[in-house]
Amino acid sequence: MKERVVLDVSRLPLHGMGIASATWWGTYAFMLIEGSGFGLAIVVYFYLMFLAPQWPVDAPAPDLWAGTALTALLVASVLPNIMVSRWAQKRNLKRVRIGLIVMSLCGIAPLVFRVFEFPALHIRWDDNAYGSIAWTLLGLHTIHVLTDLIDTLVLTCLMFSRHADNTRRYGDVEDNALYWNFVVITWLPLYACIYWVPRL
Amino acid sequence: MRAPLILLPLPVLLSGCGGSQSALDAQGYSGALLRDLIVLIVVVCLVVWIGVMIMLAWSLTRRRDGQAGDSRGSEQRLGVWVSGAVAATVLIIGGLTILSFQTTRSLDRAGDPDLTIRVRAQQWWWQFVYEDADAGSFQTANEIHIPVGKEVRVRLESTDVIHSFWVPSLGGKQDLVPGRENLLTLRAERPGVYRGQCAEFCGLQHSHMAFFVIAEEEESYRQWAATQRQPGAQTGEAEASAGKAVFMARRCAACHTIRGTGATGTTGPDLTHVGSRRTIAAGLMDNTRGSLAAWIADPQTLKPGNNMPLVPLTGDELRQLSAYMESLK
Amino acid sequence: MVTDADLDEAELERQLARTWTSKPGFWGAIASVDHKVVARRYIVTAFVFLILGGILALAMRLQLSQPEARFVDADRYNQIFTMHGSNMMFLFAVPVMEAMAVYLVPLMVGTRNIAFPRLNAFSYWLFLAGGLLLWISFALDTAPDIGWFAYVPLSGPEYGAGKRADIWAQMITFTEVSALAIAVEIVVTVFKQRAPGMSLDRIPLLVWSMLVMAFLVIMAMPAIMFASSTLIMDRLVGTHFYNPAEGGDALLWQHLFWFFGHPEVYIIFLPAVGMVSTILPTFVQRPVFGYLPLVMALIATGVLAFGLWVHHMFVVGLPRLGESFFTASSMSIAIPAGVQIFCWLATLWSGRPVFKTPLLFVIGFIITFVIGGLTGVMVASVPFDAQVHDTYFVVAHFHYVLIGGAVFPLIAAVYYWFPKMTGRMMSERLGQWAFWLIFISFHLTFFPMHILGLQGMPRRIYTYQPDLPWAGLNLFVSLSAIILSLGFLVFFIDAIRSWSFGRPAGDNPWNAPTLEWATSSPPPPYNFRSIPVVDDRNPLWSQPDALPVSSGLRTDRRELLITGVVEALPEARESSPQDSVWPFWAAIATSVMLIWSIFSPWAVVWGSIPIAIALIGWFWPKGEAEDES
Ligand code: HEA
Ligand code: HEA
Ligand code: HEC
Ligand code: CUA
Ligand SMILES: [Cu+2]
Repeated sequence: MKERVVLDVSRLPLHGMGIASATWWGTYAFMLIEGSGFGLAIVVYFYLMFLAPQWPVDAPAPDLWAGTALTALLVASVLPNIMVSRWAQKRNLKRVRIGLIVMSLCGIAPLVFRVFEFPALHIRWDDNAYGSIAWTLLGLHTIHVLTDLIDTLVLTCLMFSRHADNTRRYGDVEDNALYWNFVVITWLPLYACIYWVPRL
Repeated sequence: MRAPLILLPLPVLLSGCGGSQSALDAQGYSGALLRDLIVLIVVVCLVVWIGVMIMLAWSLTRRRDGQAGDSRGSEQRLGVWVSGAVAATVLIIGGLTILSFQTTRSLDRAGDPDLTIRVRAQQWWWQFVYEDADAGSFQTANEIHIPVGKEVRVRLESTDVIHSFWVPSLGGKQDLVPGRENLLTLRAERPGVYRGQCAEFCGLQHSHMAFFVIAEEEESYRQWAATQRQPGAQTGEAEASAGKAVFMARRCAACHTIRGTGATGTTGPDLTHVGSRRTIAAGLMDNTRGSLAAWIADPQTLKPGNNMPLVPLTGDELRQLSAYMESLK
Repeated sequence: MVTDADLDEAELERQLARTWTSKPGFWGAIASVDHKVVARRYIVTAFVFLILGGILALAMRLQLSQPEARFVDADRYNQIFTMHGSNMMFLFAVPVMEAMAVYLVPLMVGTRNIAFPRLNAFSYWLFLAGGLLLWISFALDTAPDIGWFAYVPLSGPEYGAGKRADIWAQMITFTEVSALAIAVEIVVTVFKQRAPGMSLDRIPLLVWSMLVMAFLVIMAMPAIMFASSTLIMDRLVGTHFYNPAEGGDALLWQHLFWFFGHPEVYIIFLPAVGMVSTILPTFVQRPVFGYLPLVMALIATGVLAFGLWVHHMFVVGLPRLGESFFTASSMSIAIPAGVQIFCWLATLWSGRPVFKTPLLFVIGFIITFVIGGLTGVMVASVPFDAQVHDTYFVVAHFHYVLIGGAVFPLIAAVYYWFPKMTGRMMSERLGQWAFWLIFISFHLTFFPMHILGLQGMPRRIYTYQPDLPWAGLNLFVSLSAIILSLGFLVFFIDAIRSWSFGRPAGDNPWNAPTLEWATSSPPPPYNFRSIPVVDDRNPLWSQPDALPVSSGLRTDRRELLITGVVEALPEARESSPQDSVWPFWAAIATSVMLIWSIFSPWAVVWGSIPIAIALIGWFWPKGEAEDES
C-alpha cells in the first residue's frame, strides 16, 4: 500500500517510565493475577471456616509474636522501599545501590520470622483442613517474599555491574519496589485471617 | 479346581429387564411437572429460533435496491428493530425465569412423608435401608418398592465418591455427596417398573449402576415389605441347603449379610432376599439361576473392576450356591 | 542513530529486515520471538490436538455405536473421554483462540511485535510440554480417567489410584501458566502498543474480544491453579482440602472448578464472536452495525461470566433460593448474546452478502449457535436441568456451542486470514465442500443427542444395555460422526495443499478494512514498514489510496511505538527484545520441576534452582542496542 507520512515520532524518548512503560503494566497484570489468587485463598479460608463446627479445628489459636513481628517489619520496610523508588526515579545510582542492599536485608529478615510462624500455628498441614489452609496461606505468601527477594538480589548485582546506569535499570528498580509493596499489602489481610480470625 | 465358565451367550445374559427410563415418559408427580415445563420451554425456544432464522433468511435473500443501505434513516430503523428484539429477549427470559422458579416451588413440598428410605450409594451399587421404627427396618439392594400415590422421602448419602440418584420417569436427579445428606421426594402416580441410573460419573463401572423403582398398590407393597422383614428363607431343598453351607464356608459371609444366618458382612449387598429381586449387580443381568451362577463364578469379567472378588469354587459348589441364592425369595 | 525518516522504501525494508529477521537454522528457530512465528506454531500444534481429540471422539462413537460393544474396555473408555474433553478444552480450544490473538492482535493494532515476546515464546514451549505430558501418559495407558472436571473424591488420594489424577492436574498447570502469560501480553499490547490515533472507540472488535478474553483468563485461571495445586497437595503431602472427614469439602472443588470453568467457556467463545464481528462486515462490504453495543455486549458477557458458575451444580443439593438466583443470572447472558446476534443480522440486512466460504461458516455459526444458546437457556432453568444434567442433552448443548459457536467461526477465520498468514488463498471449491459436509453432518451427529438425553441416557457411560431404547440413535450418531470427520478432513487437506500450492493472495484479497491487510501477505518480520496512523474504525476503507503513517523509528534496533491507553497518543519509542534461547531453557526447567513435583514435594525446592538460573539468563542485559535508553 502507498504511504503518506503524517506524524514524526523521532523526538520521543527511547524508553518510557511509569505508565508509559510496558513493564509497569505487565507488573500490574501479574499483581492482578496473584491478587486474584490470594483473594481466592482467603475465600476458601472462610468457606472452610463456615463449614467447621468450631474454628480453629482441634487447635488453639496461633501464637501472635512471630507473625506480628514480621508484620511490623514488613510495614516498616515500605519506607526504605519508597525511598529506593524515589532515588531510582532521580537516577541516583549511589543511593539506589545502598537502598537495594537495605531492601535485600528487608527481604531476608521476614524469612527468619517466617520460620517461627509455622510452628506457632500449633497444627500441621496434614492434621485437618484448617491446618491445610493455614499452611497454604503462609506458604503462598512465603513464595512471594522469596521471589521478590531473589529478584532484589539479582537486581542489586545488576546495579553494581556495568549495565547499571541506564533508565531501563532504574525502571526495573521501580517495578521491583512496586512488587514489594504488593507483597506487603497482600500480607495484611492474610495476617488478619491467620492470626485474628481464629480469635473472634 | 477353578469353577467352569458358564458358556452362555453374553448379550442375552447381560440384558437387564425393561422398565421406563425417560424424562418424557412421566409417571410421577414431579416427573409430570418437569415434563410439562420442559415441553413449554422447548416450544418457546423453538419459536425464538424460528423467528431468528426467518430474519436471517430474509436478510440474506432480500432484494437490494440501489445503494447499500448506509443512509442515516435506515440505520436508525435498524436500531429500532434491534432494540425491539432485545426488549423481547428480556421479556422472554424474565418469563422463563419466573416459570422455572414456580416449578421449583411446587416441587418443594414439605410436609411429612409417608415413607422414608435411606440410600447409600457406593461403587457401583445401591444400598437401600427402609427405616421404620415400629415395624422394623430392613435393607435391599438395587431395587426399591414404593406404594403408589404416597410421598416417599429418600435420604441420599454416599460412602465413597459422588453418585447421582435419578429415576427420570418419577422426577429429577439429586447427587449423593460424601459428607453431606440430600433429600428427594418421589411420588409415583401409576404402578409400574421405573428404571433409574447413576448419573454422576463415579469411576470404572459408572455405566452399570442402575436400579429399579417398583411402584405398586398399597396392599401389595405391604406384603412385599412384610416379606422383606423376614429373615432369609429356610429351604428344604438339598442343593440349596448345601449352598448355604458353602456360603458360610467360603468368604461370601465376610461381605454379605443374610439375616437369620451367621452371615453379617456389610461390604456387599444384603442378600437376605436376593432371590426376589428382578436383577442382580445393579441392573447388570436379569436374576435367573444361570446369571447368578455366572456372576458368582466370575464377577470380574461380567463387571470389570467391581468390588466383589472372584472366589474360587468347584462346579458343585457353584451350582449349590446359585440354588441357595435363588431360594432366598 | 538511524531512523527511517530519510531512507527510501527499498533501503528501509532492507534495514528493517536485517534488524528483525530471526537467525536461520535450528537454534534460530528455537530462539525466535516473532509473534507470527510463535503463533503459527501454536495454531498448528493446536490443530494437531484437534485431530487427535477428534480421533478419540471417533473411538468413543465406535464403542457407543451398539449396545454392549466391546471395542474399548471400561478403563480405556474413561481415559478416552477424559482425554477428549481435557484435550479439546485445554490443548485445542483455549490455545487456538489465544494463538489467533497472538498472531492477529499486534497486526490489527499496527505494531511490530507483541509485548513481552520472550514470555510469548516461553508460553508456547510450556504449552507443548503440557500437551506431550498428557499424550505420552495416554500412550503409556496411565492417562487420567476422571473426566475433564476431575471431581473429588474420585480424583482424590483415596479413589484416584496411581499418578493419573496428578498428570491431569499438572497438565492444567502447564496450560494455565501459558494462557496467563499470553493474557498479560495481550492486555499490554492492546493498552500500550496501539497505532497512534487508535483510540478506544476505534479498536477493531476482534481486538476488543481478545482483550476481554485476556481479562477473563487473568481473573479465572487463578481459581483452577489453586484447585489443581491443592488437589496435588491432598494427594502428595496429605492435606485435607477435599476430605470431608477432616473438615474439608467435596463441593469446594466444584465451586473452585466452575468458578474457573464457566468463564473458560467464554474464553473460548468471545474470541469466536470477535472473529464473526470482523469477518461479517468484509463479506457484506459495510461497517458492522452497532459497534458500541457489540463492545458493551462483550464486556457484559465477561462480567456476567463470573456470576453463573453454580449452574453446573444445580443437583448437588444447594439451597433452592440460591439456585434460582443462578438461573436468573445464567439466563441474563441471553441479553448480550442476543444483542450480538441482532447486530449481525442488521449488518447482513443492510449489506450485500458475498457468499464465500468464510461467510458460509459465519451463517452456519448463527444457525447453530442460536440452537446451542437456547439449549443453554433451557439447562439454566433449575428444574429443567434436574432432568437433563449429566445426560447427552448437556453433551449436545456444549458441542453446539463449542463447535457451532467457536469452531465454525474459527474455520471461517482460517479461510479468512489464511491468505494473510501464508500469502496464498485456500480453495473456494474445497471450502464449499468442507462447509456443507461439516454443517450438515454436525447437525446429524449432535442433534439426536438432545433426544437421547431426554430419553434418559447419562453421559460418560462406556456401554448400555440392548433393551434400553438408545441403540438406533446412537448408531445414527456414530455414522454421522464419520461424515463429520470427512468434512474436517477436506478442510485439513485444503489447508495443507493451499499452504504450498494456493493461488497467491496479494495484500488485501477480500477488500477488508482493518490494519493487518495494509501490509504484505505474509507480513514481513517487522509487520509494517512504517507504523500506521489511524483516524477511523475502518482505516483501509476510509483511506483507500494511501495509508497515513508515522516516521522516526530507528531501524538499527528493534523499536516500536508506545501510546496512551485511551487516545493512543504516542508516548515513547520502546525497544522490543532480541531473539533468545533462554525462554526455551526456562520452559524446559519449568517442565522438569512441574513433572517432578508430581512425585516429590522437594521438586519445588530443587527444581526452582534451574528455573532461577534460566530466568537470570533471560533478563540479564547483553549490551545490545535494545538495551539503550
Ligand atoms: C463455547 C462455549 C459455551 C457457550 C457459549 C455456552 C453458553 C451458555 N451456556 Fe453452556 N456449557 C458449555 C459451553 C458453553 N456454554 C460447556 C462446555 C458445558 C458443559 C461442561 C460439562 O459439564 O462438561 C456447558 C454447560 C452448561 C450448563 C450446565 C448444564 C449441566 O451440566 O447440567 C448450563 C446451565 O445453565 C449452561 C448454560 C449456558 C447459557 C445460558 C449460555 C448462554 O451464553 C447462551 C446465550 C445465547 C443465546 C440465548 C442465543 C442467542 C440469543 C438470542 C437469539 C436472543 C433471543 C433469546 C432468548 C429470548 C432466550 N451451559
Ligand atoms: C472444542 C471442544 C470439542 C470438540 C471440537 C469436540 C468434538 C467432538 N466430540 Fe466432544 N466433548 C468435549 C469437547 C469437544 N468435543 C468435551 C469438553 C466433552 C466432555 C468430556 C467429559 O465428559 O469429561 C466431550 C464429550 C464428548 C462425548 C461424550 C462422551 C461421554 O460422555 O461418554 C461425545 C460422544 O459422542 C463426544 C463426541 C464428539 C464428536 C463426535 C466430535 C467431532 O466433532 C469430532 C470431529 C473429528 C475431528 C475434528 C477429527 C477429524 C479428522 C480426521 C480424522 C482426519 C485426520 C486428518 C489429517 C491427518 C490431516 N464428545
Ligand atoms: C470382598 C467382598 C465380597 C465377597 C467376598 C463376595 N461378595 Fe458378593 N458382592 C460384593 C459386592 C461389592 C457386590 C456388589 C457388586 C456390584 O454390583 O457392583 C456383590 C454382589 C453380589 C451379588 C448380587 C447382589 C445384588 O443384589 O445385585 C450376589 C448374588 C453375590 N454378591 C453373591 C456372593 C457370593 C455367593 C459370594 C461368595 C462366593 C460373594 N458374593 C462374595 C462383595 C463381595
Ligand atoms: Cu455411581 Cu455413577
Ligand atoms: Cu457454564
